[in-house]
Amino acid sequence: MGGVNLYTTELRRLAKRRFVRYLTLAGLLVLVAVAVGMFFTNQKIGPAQIAEAERVADRDYRQNVAMTEQYRKECEQAKAAGDTSTDRFPTECADIQPPPREAFQADWHLPASFDFREEFGRTLTTLTAVLALVAFVGGASFVGAEWSTGGMMNLLLWRPQRIRVLLTKLGALLSALFGVTVLTGVFWTAAFWATGSFRGSTAKMTAGVWQSFGLTGLRGLVLILVAGALGFGLASLGRHTALALGGVLGVMVVGQFGLGIVLAMAQVRFIESWLLPTYLLAWMDKKVTLQNWDACQASFTGECQPLTRDITWQNSSVLLAVGLVVVLGGAIWSMRRRDIT
Amino acid sequence: MPDVTREAEMAAVLEIEGLRKTYRSRRRGTRQALDGFDMRVEAGQVHGFLGPNGSGKTTTLRTLLGLIRPNGGRMAILGQEVPAALPTVAGQVGAIVESPQFFPHFSAQDTLSLLAGAGGVSQTRVMEVLELVGLRERAKDRVKTYSLGMKQRLAVASALLKNPKLLILDEPANGLDPGGIREMRSLMRDLAASGMTVVVSSHILGEVQLICDSVTIISLGRRVAAGPVAEVLAEHSGGGLRVRLEAVTDLPAAVELLTRAGARVSPHDDHLLVYEVDKPATVTRTLAAANLYVSELAPITVDLESVFLELTATAPVPGQHRQVDQSVVVDGTDSRTNGGWGV
Repeated sequence: MGGVNLYTTELRRLAKRRFVRYLTLAGLLVLVAVAVGMFFTNQKIGPAQIAEAERVADRDYRQNVAMTEQYRKECEQAKAAGDTSTDRFPTECADIQPPPREAFQADWHLPASFDFREEFGRTLTTLTAVLALVAFVGGASFVGAEWSTGGMMNLLLWRPQRIRVLLTKLGALLSALFGVTVLTGVFWTAAFWATGSFRGSTAKMTAGVWQSFGLTGLRGLVLILVAGALGFGLASLGRHTALALGGVLGVMVVGQFGLGIVLAMAQVRFIESWLLPTYLLAWMDKKVTLQNWDACQASFTGECQPLTRDITWQNSSVLLAVGLVVVLGGAIWSMRRRDIT
Repeated sequence: MPDVTREAEMAAVLEIEGLRKTYRSRRRGTRQALDGFDMRVEAGQVHGFLGPNGSGKTTTLRTLLGLIRPNGGRMAILGQEVPAALPTVAGQVGAIVESPQFFPHFSAQDTLSLLAGAGGVSQTRVMEVLELVGLRERAKDRVKTYSLGMKQRLAVASALLKNPKLLILDEPANGLDPGGIREMRSLMRDLAASGMTVVVSSHILGEVQLICDSVTIISLGRRVAAGPVAEVLAEHSGGGLRVRLEAVTDLPAAVELLTRAGARVSPHDDHLLVYEVDKPATVTRTLAAANLYVSELAPITVDLESVFLELTATAPVPGQHRQVDQSVVVDGTDSRTNGGWGV
């Protein structure tokens, strides 16, 4: 009963936090902007659009033919006048020929159209990125502000069970993130289904495709929860929101940009395999293939292929798990051992 | 010192024995914040917990409430050993430690409501305690708009929310206006009358003397005095007498006579302070025998402030700037440590 009280109280506390509210709202507004933008920048492809594209392609072709003809005439006039001083024209004016009609494809002139089957998976990465950022900052602020304002100390006077209090707070945060992510995911899917339906295509949606989207969404959910837990853990370790935010900034600037530059100078192969975003992308896309164009791997046909290295979502999962264990383990250890002053 | 058998008979709500806490810092070295500190508070009392800045008061309270891990000693609240039994007894202990600290963007009502939720206390109690501390009208305002005194009231309200058996208030009068201080005084009296035990740490010694039944004085992490206020004052008045004579010119003769009679005499311009006499009649008899007549004979009274300053050796000395760790321990030896702030 006491545990339930504490859990519901922490959920209430989270919902009352103004910064968390505004942060979530800002994240959702970004997502709404993306969804609305995608809706209005795509169009359904029908006979009218295809006819228009054909018309534009045809017009381009004709313009090009006319320009080529004009150019050839100028060339012939110049040759007839004995003017050979300019490099403007080729030696033989007959070489000036218009490109073939096939070089002007109607496809190029078709408006953007949203193919749900092809494109929805990529939008899940956008959704995950925005919500993971909200989760990290929100998680850090939730516990960091408690520490820095003395709220945590007050709470511990009421519930002198440090680990239970910390884990209940984390549980409340993660369950709120779970709820927000699932709800947003449902609206996100509906919004892009609508975009596909009215501004593109929702064809060829088999059970297998839905399953694949489901698994991508699940990986996205896990990443969002991990981001929230990491923000929470770092802020709890430092007992201040700024530690988590500063820590991440430090990792990004020093650990990523700095490391990238150093590795490039040291001519290390597959620099991206040392950079965090590669692993996050691999987690979402299941696999990222890195290429090294400095080395040649001859194929059977004698073609020169770059060396490749695959980063899989399993590699990423190890990295995420280790990060989570180190940060949360450290936060729990610190909560158990350190005095609260 | 209080009678040992009487002490054992009365129920102790709070017991601390030999509490030790050492802070280790790479930069400042080792500092003993608590060095075998003892404390005992009996049920239904208002108990003053006094000590100069940096003496270990807040460390004691934080350790008692499980916020700081001690290096040794034992503590018990309501007969149960803490920190082991803290989860059990926490519901019966209301406390504010040091300055009131609340999340600034929540209202007082939200703050208390969340605490009540976490502690399983009825939400109806929230408005009751806000009414009690005079914050009902401002209950929905954000805490960041509160003055220090209002935050202090909110802190007291949060401590009272549980209707505790033991109420621990660290500097509750801090920031309060004179009316507020008086209200706080009567509130503490009322709470004690209702059976609640109140431990109050304060530097307003006049207040403490007025409202407290007993006190513990701490200096450099050790207890230097404890017991009922009257007993502590009596012990440190030195049993002295102030003596005035009809003629000031007779004072030197009186000094000689009283010294010869075995008393210790401290002469002043118009009176004498006489110590180590078995009873006041000895003074009158000795002087009357030499035809010196007493115009005033009164026991020397001391207040808590002077006892405090004497025991902790923190009385200001002209031309000197006392540092926070410059006070004495119980045996009077000056054992200055490497410490500083950070009670």
